[in-house]
Amino acid sequence: MRTRLVTVLLALITAILVIPGPAATADEQGGEALHGQISHPDDRDQGVEGIGITVFQEDDEIGASETDPDGLWEVELPGPGGYRVVVDQESIPSEFAVRETSLVVDGEAEVEVEADDRRPLIIALVPAGGDADAGSPSPLEGESEGSGAESDAPADDESIAVGDSGGSFGERLAQLTVSGVLFGLVIAVSAIGLSLIFGTTKLINFSHGDMVTFGAMMAMLFSTGASGMGNALLAIFAGLGGAILLGVFAEGRMPWTGLIVTQWVSIFAGLVLATLLGVLGDSVGWQLPLWAATVVAVLMGAVLGGSMERYVWRPLRHRNVAMIQMFIVSIGLALILRHVILVLFGARRERYAGFQIQDLVEIGPVSLPPRDLVVMGVALVVLVGVACLLQFTRIGKAMRAVSDNRDLAESSGIDVDRVTLYVWGLGGALASLGGVLFGLNQVVDYEMGFRLLLLMFAAVILGGLGTAYGAMVGGLAVGLVAVLSTLWFPSQLMQAWALALMILMLLVRPQGLLGRRERVG
Amino acid sequence: MDILSILADSTRSAIGPVAAIYAVAAIGLNLHFGYTGLLNFGQVGFMLVGAYGVGISVAVFDLPLSVGVLMGLACAVVLALLLGIPTLRLREDYLAITTIAAAEVLRLLYRAEFADPLTSSVYGLQNLAGDFRALNPFDASRFYTLGPLSYNGNHLWVLVVTWSLVLLLAGLTWLLMHSPWGRVIKGIREDEEAVRSLGKNVFAYKMQVLVLGGLIGALAGAILAVYQASIAPDQFKPQVTFFLWVILLLGGAGRVFGPVLGSMAFWFLMTFTDGVLKGFGAMGWLPFLSGPDYGALQLAFAGLMLVVLIVFRPQGLIGDRKEMLVNVK
Repeated sequence: MRTRLVTVLLALITAILVIPGPAATADEQGGEALHGQISHPDDRDQGVEGIGITVFQEDDEIGASETDPDGLWEVELPGPGGYRVVVDQESIPSEFAVRETSLVVDGEAEVEVEADDRRPLIIALVPAGGDADAGSPSPLEGESEGSGAESDAPADDESIAVGDSGGSFGERLAQLTVSGVLFGLVIAVSAIGLSLIFGTTKLINFSHGDMVTFGAMMAMLFSTGASGMGNALLAIFAGLGGAILLGVFAEGRMPWTGLIVTQWVSIFAGLVLATLLGVLGDSVGWQLPLWAATVVAVLMGAVLGGSMERYVWRPLRHRNVAMIQMFIVSIGLALILRHVILVLFGARRERYAGFQIQDLVEIGPVSLPPRDLVVMGVALVVLVGVACLLQFTRIGKAMRAVSDNRDLAESSGIDVDRVTLYVWGLGGALASLGGVLFGLNQVVDYEMGFRLLLLMFAAVILGGLGTAYGAMVGGLAVGLVAVLSTLWFPSQLMQAWALALMILMLLVRPQGLLGRRERVG
Repeated sequence: MDILSILADSTRSAIGPVAAIYAVAAIGLNLHFGYTGLLNFGQVGFMLVGAYGVGISVAVFDLPLSVGVLMGLACAVVLALLLGIPTLRLREDYLAITTIAAAEVLRLLYRAEFADPLTSSVYGLQNLAGDFRALNPFDASRFYTLGPLSYNGNHLWVLVVTWSLVLLLAGLTWLLMHSPWGRVIKGIREDEEAVRSLGKNVFAYKMQVLVLGGLIGALAGAILAVYQASIAPDQFKPQVTFFLWVILLLGGAGRVFGPVLGSMAFWFLMTFTDGVLKGFGAMGWLPFLSGPDYGALQLAFAGLMLVVLIVFRPQGLIGDRKEMLVNVK
């Protein structure tokens, strides 16, 4: 088998090497060129259009280029040698200036280009009228906060924004403690599912972060107006949800083949309906208020989690696939989910409309926009609800039992597969809700879940892998530590502190705060 | 759509320097996962410190390239120790979580504004290839023809260096794995407890492998920096690690030439799908997709490949199925 595959492959490679000979040489003589991309200082994904770039050799103009809508430019050169690149200062929008580097001085750069070298040249923009320091959101700059207009605060696109007011150390401490608790609650809501899933199946779900993104995106979609795509997605998920519900409630009461057939009929009906609605396109448009869109998103999150368990993980478990391989599958699923979301919704960074500019509510030394209060309230209610579910209901007790010891639970008559399905449903729903809350507090984009995933990992390890209450405690602790660290350190270090906390915990108490000690290694 | 030119492009990327660099990084990952069973989901972190070791030394401090490479390797050792000491005594999943988090945190640190004097934050560093090009024995302006392929001197020099490094490291892997040390390492993958009961210090062996694989990853980062002559932190996103996993699983984990073959096949497939998608796009068959979507679709495709490979063919092209299924419980 092995040798045959290798032979086929080698034959293929040789064949390809030989056949397209002339085509291969044709592209190779690219000649010399200078190229680059000029992007918006606040948002690296956006280019700045219409900046003129001229290339001189000695004093002769060789070529000129203007950036396209993506900020890309390229100038073809006649041959190797030294060139002077001049950025047309007139064409730069007045709010920006060219960033000074060792190479680019005063909008001009001297570059050496070698033979057949398509050289990239980094020309970057910074906000005008400021030196390098002005770009960093220093904790002392509190003026912009006064009106609650946070939408223009942080320029850095990958760090997590921290609400911060000016004032004395005590006031900032109080303010940051509250935002830390808020952030911790959001982490806790999202991380419970991660921890429960690990508890019941021993699987670390690397795609949990993307389930968070999914929730936030769905709420965004349905609250800003769902048309063709929203309807189609809804139909697909309705079909999947129907199939899973059928499986849960009709198992044992229906003949097995009948059940399978109805399940697949449900799924295909969903797909057919989705195609129909997709073709109808924007003629069936509707819109929900954000709270209702959140409910829809949470339901869809539950279906997503449930169908992942039912159609990916359960078959894999029954095939006795090793745990290490399951981790890799979950990484693959994360990649798929993240980039399908990217294709469907684009790389834009958005916020939930209508909740941006709010008057701050003063509570003692702390002032918060009402939406943060709502986020906190919802998160608290949900956490208490989940705790009650786990503590007092039959299914909750079963979840904890399976989480504690899967084999023992199975031998005492608990339907482990069904409990696992519920855990995935619950985890998916909570992840979606966490996504909406996180999106309300921050921005919604396709990588938001991955950023939160790192903090969720820190939270579940801190609290103890596999324990739901541990995820809550750990989430709060990580949120507080991460946000309070901005009192003394730059906000980009937030995640680093959470990671440091996690590593420290692994050194001191690997089972986590609430985990039970077990022999590891 | 010109299928022949797409095939030619795909072939060129399969034997190009990028495929070689990914093969080097995947050889490091092969030591971790293929031979020892360590789940390193943060190989890109090692590449990042290797690349920035070169970048910062050369572009900021004007040191020679060799010092830069050594700096990168030293950083990789430190990173491996930092990751390994807390996690290698524990179950394998702790290492997975820590590495994936650490790699991303490193990227965020290197692109942060306070690191600007050293790393130029998001803008990246440039002008890194001077020393490397000065060593070039080929004539930069001349074209060298090898069968149907033709390269200029600079390009050929990069190709020669990267692929000889690949061969060198593959040879090193072969030698290591046929030494007594290698047998212990494979024993750890098969049954850690048994090796421990023979009186071997499993923790120390795992640590050695983590450092060694990390060093190879850093080396890949260093050549990447030299090849591109410029680096930016956002090149080192987590998907690079996942590409490396696809490469390793495609080629066959636990095989000396697995990562090499995997990297060639992977880059062939990536360039091919890209060309076909763009071809379809140009013919107007994909009206609902725009330019940037093709890249995202490719990444989703890589994810799908990861899932399908690990479930249906965990041994990849040339692996041994029995070896990959040992830890089924």
